[in-house]
Amino acid sequence: MDVLLQQFFNLDIMAKALPLVLQGLKTTLLICLIVIPMGLIGGVLVALASRSTVRALRVSVTLLVDLMRALPPLVVLILVYSGLPFLGLRISPLTAVVIAFFLNNAAYYGEIIRAGIESVPAGQWEAARSTGLRADQTFTWVILPQGLRNVLPDLVSNTVEVVKLTSLASVVSLQEMLYSADMARSLTFNASPIVLAALIYFALLWPAVRLVSRLEHAAAR
Amino acid sequence: MDRFLDSFLNAKLSAATWPAILSGLIVTIEIAALVVGTGLLLGLALALVRWRAGRWFAWPLMLFVDLFRAVPPLVLVLLVFFGLPNIGIELPSFAVLWLVLSLVLAAFAEEIVWAGLIAVKRGQREAARSTGLTETQTLLYVVLPQALRLAVAPLTNRTIAITKNTALGTVIGVPEIINQATTAVSFSGNATPLLMGAFAYLLLFIPVIGLGRLIESRFAWRRQ
Repeated sequence: MDVLLQQFFNLDIMAKALPLVLQGLKTTLLICLIVIPMGLIGGVLVALASRSTVRALRVSVTLLVDLMRALPPLVVLILVYSGLPFLGLRISPLTAVVIAFFLNNAAYYGEIIRAGIESVPAGQWEAARSTGLRADQTFTWVILPQGLRNVLPDLVSNTVEVVKLTSLASVVSLQEMLYSADMARSLTFNASPIVLAALIYFALLWPAVRLVSRLEHAAAR
Repeated sequence: MDRFLDSFLNAKLSAATWPAILSGLIVTIEIAALVVGTGLLLGLALALVRWRAGRWFAWPLMLFVDLFRAVPPLVLVLLVFFGLPNIGIELPSFAVLWLVLSLVLAAFAEEIVWAGLIAVKRGQREAARSTGLTETQTLLYVVLPQALRLAVAPLTNRTIAITKNTALGTVIGVPEIINQATTAVSFSGNATPLLMGAFAYLLLFIPVIGLGRLIESRFAWRRQ
């Protein structure tokens, strides 16, 4: 038991690693602030494109969505980070993370938002148009808000996944929280810094995870 | 264009690399099958025990489930891989990946099956009990089948997502697809193996996604 505490919950080591881990947390939050809004905007565009009357647009968006469904996010990230330099494009780890996650998130948010838009009855569209709103106004002010509300549990759940996904950035040596914690682990030969990082992720995401459960249970009843 | 073809679609290199990618594909399939099996069974078992047991079981279970839903799987993989040897438990990286992903899948599966169980109307249970079925029989023959119908769509999606996490194994040296591909890239200085790796994932997961859609439409249940 003592060994377990010593190796996983060593408070001395956690205290020493804390500044480094918090530094990483800043980067993690920064990545989230970039990729979540980008993903949502990309998602709305994907949803619109997948309902477009232009066939080429529909086909290419379906292709993107299916590719992202089939490829693990880590593979997309490695493809971008290690593949682009062969095209003569040198990119920073942060750029690679932003590009890879944008592709992935736009596809996943897009599928959710599309389902939301489709859940709004056609009468809403007709009623809004008959009051004199233009098509784009109808979409922005009438259809989209209702659609988003209908798929709120899925949106929150996917956002939790996106935050968890940022830990993959450590693989391309972006110094976010997991990278920092793992560096502290390799310096101290002790797993406590990673436990510390895990606890911070848990503290960050637990409210959202609870919320998802409550929304889902409410929807199932 | 020639340079592009040479560094992304190099025929000579792909001939030399495909045995490695294939062996990676087999490793990925092995882990995926093991994770799906143990994860789903464990998740189902936990939900059923939660149904029969009281609050003393529900609280610790909720903590386990929330922990494994909130912490990124890569954090857990590194924690187990580097932490366990320090307390004298040496697990091969393959087993670490299997263990962690199974627990993650079990946590999500428990939550999804549980949501299905409590969504089944109370009257169903009362009616079943009044026909003389025992509590366990009611659960297994009346409540669970209806709950699983509700659970099948989210369960399929989640299972596919977690199966894709087998790629995380590359970080701890499990010789799965992307691990083989990146190794080949660093030996050859050429991106062809990367595309081959991506292709191997498509080969594996596009049928899985198709199967998922089939299962969904086959078992999906329109609720009134």
